[in-house]
Amino acid sequence: MGSKTVIVGGSVGGIRAAQALRSQGFAGEIAVIDAEPHVPYDKPPLSKGFLNGAIGFDRIQLISEKELNDSEVSLLLGQRAVGIDVSGKMVLLEGGQRISYDDLVIATGVRARPSPWNAADGVHLLRTLDDAQSLKRDLLESSSVVVVGGGFIGAEVAATASKLGLLVSIVDPLAVPIGRILGDEVGERFIGLHHANGVSTHFGTGVESISGSRGNLVVRLTNGVHLSGDIVVVGIGAIPNVEWLASSGLVLDNGVVCDEFSRAVGQANIYGLGDVARWHHPGLRRLVRVEHWTNAVEQAACVARNIVNPSNPVSYSPVPYVWSDQYDWKIQIAGETSDASRCTLVEDHANLNRFAAVYADGAGFYSGIVTVNWPRAMIQCRKLLETEKDPAAPLELLRQMVPAI
Amino acid sequence: MPIIKADLELCQGYANCVMEAPKLFDISDDGIVVVLEEEFGEETRGRVEAAVRSCPVSALRIED
Repeated sequence: MGSKTVIVGGSVGGIRAAQALRSQGFAGEIAVIDAEPHVPYDKPPLSKGFLNGAIGFDRIQLISEKELNDSEVSLLLGQRAVGIDVSGKMVLLEGGQRISYDDLVIATGVRARPSPWNAADGVHLLRTLDDAQSLKRDLLESSSVVVVGGGFIGAEVAATASKLGLLVSIVDPLAVPIGRILGDEVGERFIGLHHANGVSTHFGTGVESISGSRGNLVVRLTNGVHLSGDIVVVGIGAIPNVEWLASSGLVLDNGVVCDEFSRAVGQANIYGLGDVARWHHPGLRRLVRVEHWTNAVEQAACVARNIVNPSNPVSYSPVPYVWSDQYDWKIQIAGETSDASRCTLVEDHANLNRFAAVYADGAGFYSGIVTVNWPRAMIQCRKLLETEKDPAAPLELLRQMVPAI
Repeated sequence: MPIIKADLELCQGYANCVMEAPKLFDISDDGIVVVLEEEFGEETRGRVEAAVRSCPVSALRIED
């Protein structure tokens, strides 16, 4: 029979942890608890293919019914965990039920930061399936949308809405919103991408208020401009779901604080992973919390390994990787790009729709890479991040991949 | 021997499979997965399963 692992959170991190446990030979019981009633689904398509109708719910499920049965993973859906009893090794559910565990995995993710601006209706957030379905319905009945937030979610929604034929405006307090992640030089190109697709940008200005109702909303900006839209989408970041752990005794600080082995600090049998986990990254030597799909999957594999081999745990020291699809750009980012001191662009003059940028950190070491419409360049440079310190190496590799002028 | 099947229509070139198992996968100039070795031995199953789980569009599967 063996021990029992309970996973709280049935999004990608929780489900991949369950699969990884079986893959590593874990023979005990596995239960996944999730507050949402839907079978586990994947979130990245909610702002892209699912939102524009290209793919349906059947295509975004994280695990098939057959695999669930074969791997004997039990799902407790529509069940909200409201606390844990660390000494009694129990998860407490909203209905009063108590679920015992030997090992506990916290994978409750994040939620969309609520809109501080209120209107009667027609103001959307986007995080869950229900959010996406509601937004999709409204997008199909609208001719204009104002997107508040120029980060990846906002830009993806703007791209999707524009593809659906809506008149789109996008607002962000930063003059170059993507510059926060990729530096201003590359960030400027993302602004150009909005413009090339007929989306009007209002960057470097905040939102004062949102008033009216669906079909007739007005967004007042701090620079005095009024934008009208049938609907508004607010994408202004996310908040870790840790409130349910408030009285647990776990260390909570912008997430569940974990050690380098992804164990909640001071706990031998409680792990955190994915968007909700803020763990000690041994490579960066600081606490980090990463809201990327690939991080959730990789951390799930690490946690599964450490549950199976608790006496010989492995530390978790990933090279971050994230992608975004905006208009006709396939954007891929690996490593550290936000704190870079130097960024060198490489263009392919034979293919103007693609480029790459190589980032170096304060010490001049190769730290990150972004590519647009260039997956082969990305994987080559992403592999180099694990071994190479000199930014000349990825630059040389990229230049070999483009025809000489 | 079990084999790896890749759906080239679904693949978007995210290349997480290459990071998990660089001897088994690569990305072509067109940005699509190339399966370097279709057949794999049981000692490699863990890596292949990790590659399958890491695909953001579920383009990989194992046929036993």
